Amino acid sequence: MIAPAPEPELVIVPSDLPSVPLMQPLTESLNIAAPELVLALGAMTLLMIGVFRGSRSFVGLSWGAVIIYAIAGFALINDAPRALAFDGLYVADDFSRFLKVLIFTAAAACTITAIPYLRRARSDKFEYPVIIMLGALGMGMMVSAADLLSLYVGLELQSLAAYVLAAFRRDETRSSEAGLKYFVLGALASGILLYGISLVYGFTGTTTFVILAPLLAGEPGVGLTVGLVFILAGLAFKISAVPFHMWTPDVYQGAPTPVSMFFASAPKAAAMGLLVRVTMDAFGGVADQWQQIIAFAAVASMILGAVGAIGQTSIKRLLAYSSINNIGFALIGLAAATPEGVAGVLFYMAVYLAMTIGAFLVVLALRGSDGRARDDMAALAGLSRTRPGLALAMAIFMFSLAGIPPLLGFWPKFSVFNAAIEAEMYVLAVIGVVTSVVGAFYYLRIVKLAYFDEPEAEILPQESTVNGSVMAAAAIFCSPLGMLAIGPLVGAAERAALAMMIF
Amino acid sequence: MTFPILSVMILLPLVTGALMLVMPGSEDSRANTARWLALGTTLVELILGIVLWLNFDIGSSAFQFQENVPLFAPYFSWALGIDGISLVLIALSVFLMPICILASWEAIRTRVPEYMAAFLLMEALMIGVFAATDLFLFYVMFEGGLIPMYLIIGIWGGANRIYASYKFFLYTLLGSVLMLLAMMYMVAEAGTTDIPTLMAYDFAEGAQTWLWLAFFASFAVKMPMWPVHTWLPDAHVQAPTAGSVILAGVLLKMGGYGFIRFSLPMFPDASVDLVWLVWGLSMVAVVYTSLVALAQADMKKLIAYSSVAHMAFVTVGLFGFNAQALEGSIVVMLSHGLVSGALFLCVGVVYDRLHTREIDQYGGVASVMPRYALFFMLFTMASVGLPGTSGFVGEFLVMLGAFQASTWAVFIICTGIILGAAYMLYLYRRVAFGEITNSAVSTMRDLTMREYLCLVPIAVAVLWMGVVPNVFIDPVRAPVADIVARLDAAGAPQQQVAVAASTDRHPELVSGSPAERSEASMEAAILPEILKRVQDNGVAVPAAGEAP
Repeated sequence: MIAPAPEPELVIVPSDLPSVPLMQPLTESLNIAAPELVLALGAMTLLMIGVFRGSRSFVGLSWGAVIIYAIAGFALINDAPRALAFDGLYVADDFSRFLKVLIFTAAAACTITAIPYLRRARSDKFEYPVIIMLGALGMGMMVSAADLLSLYVGLELQSLAAYVLAAFRRDETRSSEAGLKYFVLGALASGILLYGISLVYGFTGTTTFVILAPLLAGEPGVGLTVGLVFILAGLAFKISAVPFHMWTPDVYQGAPTPVSMFFASAPKAAAMGLLVRVTMDAFGGVADQWQQIIAFAAVASMILGAVGAIGQTSIKRLLAYSSINNIGFALIGLAAATPEGVAGVLFYMAVYLAMTIGAFLVVLALRGSDGRARDDMAALAGLSRTRPGLALAMAIFMFSLAGIPPLLGFWPKFSVFNAAIEAEMYVLAVIGVVTSVVGAFYYLRIVKLAYFDEPEAEILPQESTVNGSVMAAAAIFCSPLGMLAIGPLVGAAERAALAMMIF
Repeated sequence: MTFPILSVMILLPLVTGALMLVMPGSEDSRANTARWLALGTTLVELILGIVLWLNFDIGSSAFQFQENVPLFAPYFSWALGIDGISLVLIALSVFLMPICILASWEAIRTRVPEYMAAFLLMEALMIGVFAATDLFLFYVMFEGGLIPMYLIIGIWGGANRIYASYKFFLYTLLGSVLMLLAMMYMVAEAGTTDIPTLMAYDFAEGAQTWLWLAFFASFAVKMPMWPVHTWLPDAHVQAPTAGSVILAGVLLKMGGYGFIRFSLPMFPDASVDLVWLVWGLSMVAVVYTSLVALAQADMKKLIAYSSVAHMAFVTVGLFGFNAQALEGSIVVMLSHGLVSGALFLCVGVVYDRLHTREIDQYGGVASVMPRYALFFMLFTMASVGLPGTSGFVGEFLVMLGAFQASTWAVFIICTGIILGAAYMLYLYRRVAFGEITNSAVSTMRDLTMREYLCLVPIAVAVLWMGVVPNVFIDPVRAPVADIVARLDAAGAPQQQVAVAASTDRHPELVSGSPAERSEASMEAAILPEILKRVQDNGVAVPAAGEAP
């Protein structure tokens, strides 16, 4: 639980906080924010190359993007456990580093595995890797935001990239529809978020977390609570937590499959990180105010995600509900509001990313005999006969998403439930495990289709060795062998979670 | 460093199972290699199991062959170790596995490597369940077993296999997730995941009730106890023969093992408080499922319902809270593992020939398959509990022990034995005797060599356990005594009637006060000795004064 907070002081000016120097020289700030700068410069370079060389350069640019992600990843290596930059707008700590590793990896995977699909759809425009990189830049900003405004800027950068990506297949109605739907609802959520930020600013006079956090230590006013609720609503939209989930199934189904894969992975981790940062860091002193909201969102997401998926016939829609369901589980860790809970959330996101990218890669590999991509459940029928490797990978991802030990997907659920039990939130934990059984039902349905049913249609073999090997790597990670990664992964997540525990 | 025999026993089937999935070759050659590889692996496991038994220090209640590698820190570690109870159940598992592989030799023709790999995975997980001394490692093994069984039922099962596989999976999953939460609470409370430490840890009495109920939710489903038994008949009927054997033979024992390992020693107060629940459900189960079994038209379903009734004996015995009852329960579990497994094999034998399990389709089998009829009769009698077979020893010990806790309960449980005799003999009569009404029956050939290899070892074991039960009871005595001591400390109810045999020596015990209980139950320990003499020598019960 949160330690008892110190008495609130009525007026705090930045100079009263000697422990956190807010003003830094620009060079130091640039050094701290190096990963984002690498991505920003990289995206611009790729854009220039693309503009001058046209879409011929699509494949080259995609691989170039992977190299830039790798460089940005190296730029993450930093000795300081927590460093503020740009006058307290940006923070680089273990928490943001952990999430950025996930985001960059997911973004790189989504960039290169999209190549065959986009080529076949004649959408192999050079903008794709560039836009994903801009989105990754926004996500990096999100998880490193130490101010409500830099948070907003990061979120908008990511969202704008996402709107374009959703409509990336301009010639297809469903894709355009998904883009428009996502934009309208996303803009509304941004407005709600911004309104919440303005309320918080109005009632406290600051947007910087460092100053905000001590101000909130006491009994918050109604205005502030309302502001907090609006902020949470805006963020809940981004992680597609119930009741702000409505866009998810439509957008996932309508968007091109690699884009859906991207939506389900990196932005989820970034938005989750952002939510943790806002709640635990900025609003950590009023945990009792938001814990119940998060707990409600967790329960509602778990139930709706589990029940909603049962009747689906499109695998992409099913995976959309699965992502709602999984976000609900991850939120249990946040609802506990303890270091163990936050570590659980981070661990959850790390494993969830691998599972969801893997599952989408299997969907990407499903092509009927005419070469067209299929995303209906019937395409999976008898997959274990026609394509045993693909079926095995899918079974691993599904059992893992369902949280059946000894697959790795069990352990993140374990860690968030453990955090809930330690925080004595027994009812939440019981609802969680029961919905996980309901959820297991629809994951089993996919296994049943692939293993118990007779093959109906021919499925062409995997066309890209890159996609195949990324999928195989994800499958091995999610398999029982992945349990050997529990130690290092949880250790890193725990260190990252401690960065959140400034109270 | 000593030879990590338990790790080897768990990892060997996993490695060969994985090999089978990736080995190259044509479908036929892969199938053949997979069969021999699976048989070889399970035989090696059997040999390792025998080595384990021979090197086991019988008479000690401590965990032996301990291994501990903190491989999955911070959550749990690869901690293995066995006591006598684990030993006998591991022995049962490794004994049944080669028989399962043999039973599937010809019956399974599609996707053989996958099938054999699923069975080997199953074997690894079963041994893991019984050998784990880490709470979460136990859970992983316990729950992991769902996946191969789900696939075995779903891929190689009968017509309605998909419904059965779902029901099996979701029922058992729902039970075990609640147990998981209870485990998390226990670890948060006690600060360790080590099972031996937790077995000696005293949880607060209020918490015990909730923890007990959460564990009960899991084990009662797995056991299965009435009214959550309904997944079992479906799973049994749809599973392939070997799947039924392993399901009845070993998987059901995990529930009983869970009660012995967790519920009784870890939550003794709650076990004593909630005994009415277990006994009530068990009494209903014995009578109700026996009656249901009487009305079945499907052989496998009948045996499945008889399993539920036999498992109710186990739960009654486990909650009898004394040495005889607990030891009896373990013997019932072992005996039921062998007997019901053998009965499913017997059903499989005729099913392979006639492709129906309808009892009405048979009749007069004894006249065309006399050798088969002999084996079938032996296992039928063992299931009924005829003296000289394993079934008698367990059921008798359970009733003897349970009698000290409640006369009435034993009275009702006894009807189960009578009804059991009724439905088993009725089954046997309809299948083996009478006129041949179905002309296809007259063309059935008698047992093949492979089927002998399946049935003879089980028949030997059943008779061995019936004649010299102490071989199988000795390893469990010490751990059971520890559990009984913990239950006695929690105030387990015991009547003094049982020691009436020695009242001429200790008349003061007839109306024993609670303080004299432990002494009284020590006196009660002479009864198994009497029983032993009966079985060993075939003589009448000696007078009480002669008891040692």
